Amino acid sequence: MIGALATLLVCQLLGEVAARGLGLPVPGPVLGMALLFALLLLRGEGADAAGTPLGTTVDALLGNLGLLFVPAAVGVVVYLPVLAREWAPISCAILGGTLAAIAVTGLLAQALLRRLG
Amino acid sequence: MSPNLAEIWVYLSQEPLAALTATLLAWLAGQRLSALFGRHALANPVLFAVIILATLLITTGIDYRAYFEGAQFVHFLLGPATVALAVPLHRQWHAVRRSAPLALFAIACGGLFAAATGAAIAWALGAAPEVVASLAPRSVTMPVAMGISERLGGLPSLTAATVLASGITGAALGPMVMNLVRVRDWRARGIAIGTTAHGLGTARALMVNATAGAFSGLAMGFNALATALLLPLLWRLFAGGG
Repeated sequence: MIGALATLLVCQLLGEVAARGLGLPVPGPVLGMALLFALLLLRGEGADAAGTPLGTTVDALLGNLGLLFVPAAVGVVVYLPVLAREWAPISCAILGGTLAAIAVTGLLAQALLRRLG
Repeated sequence: MSPNLAEIWVYLSQEPLAALTATLLAWLAGQRLSALFGRHALANPVLFAVIILATLLITTGIDYRAYFEGAQFVHFLLGPATVALAVPLHRQWHAVRRSAPLALFAIACGGLFAAATGAAIAWALGAAPEVVASLAPRSVTMPVAMGISERLGGLPSLTAATVLASGITGAALGPMVMNLVRVRDWRARGIAIGTTAHGLGTARALMVNATAGAFSGLAMGFNALATALLLPLLWRLFAGGG
């Protein structure tokens, strides 16, 4: 488990260093994700299967992903005045934007994939 | 308050132990409540936990920053968890590989469309610039969305809340919308849900259909990458021009 955690942290650290060092507009952990994905492709299938140290650690972490969102989302209490003032544009943007995007993305993906068969 | 109780209160409000414990207990309570409602898409455990903790902070008058001092130990794990998203993507790679190029194109277009429509609606209705910037990355998985929001000049915590709301909206109403516009291909349905409703949508998709789940996971992971790469560049272009 410690080895797997170290793998995740090393990827994140390299991602942060690369993002800052090269001035990239991407969050460091995303570069870390791309790096880990490249490493897994090199090592082939089975490197991250359920039951392997990496697979077990990742499943535990992602199985409780919701918990990790909680501290940041509670920060909404700081913005209650903003929400009270701008609740209409915010809720319209979330509802309208999300539902329109689902329809457009679904239709586009279906049209493209149909060509593939 | 007797001196003894006051001392205990000072200890609890200064050490991270109380905030950390409260976060874990609120999460457990959120999961219980969600199970009580039969894990309905609207009965989200994160939503319950946030409501419990927010009510607690408001009623006791504890400052959010004081709470975060303790809760940051949970928050820190978002970084490694984002890196860990490479694993589900890799596990599904053989299943999605053949249709990957077209799928990736649809995901990138859908992700940018989601960001643009949300920001445009908020802007048209007269929202403040930092609110518009907070709404733009809301369809991306939360840790990445907060990073993007910061770069666009948004408020990361407000983004966190809008990410949650978008995920719940997409997971609960998405299937209905797709039935309405006749998207029946399971691959396309997975792509649409994963692109717009990230992990919350993917969790729902996995429950309904394995193919949809695989494509939804791919969409969530790739949209995080595509939006993180493209949105700050496009944003600078439009904000710089306007």
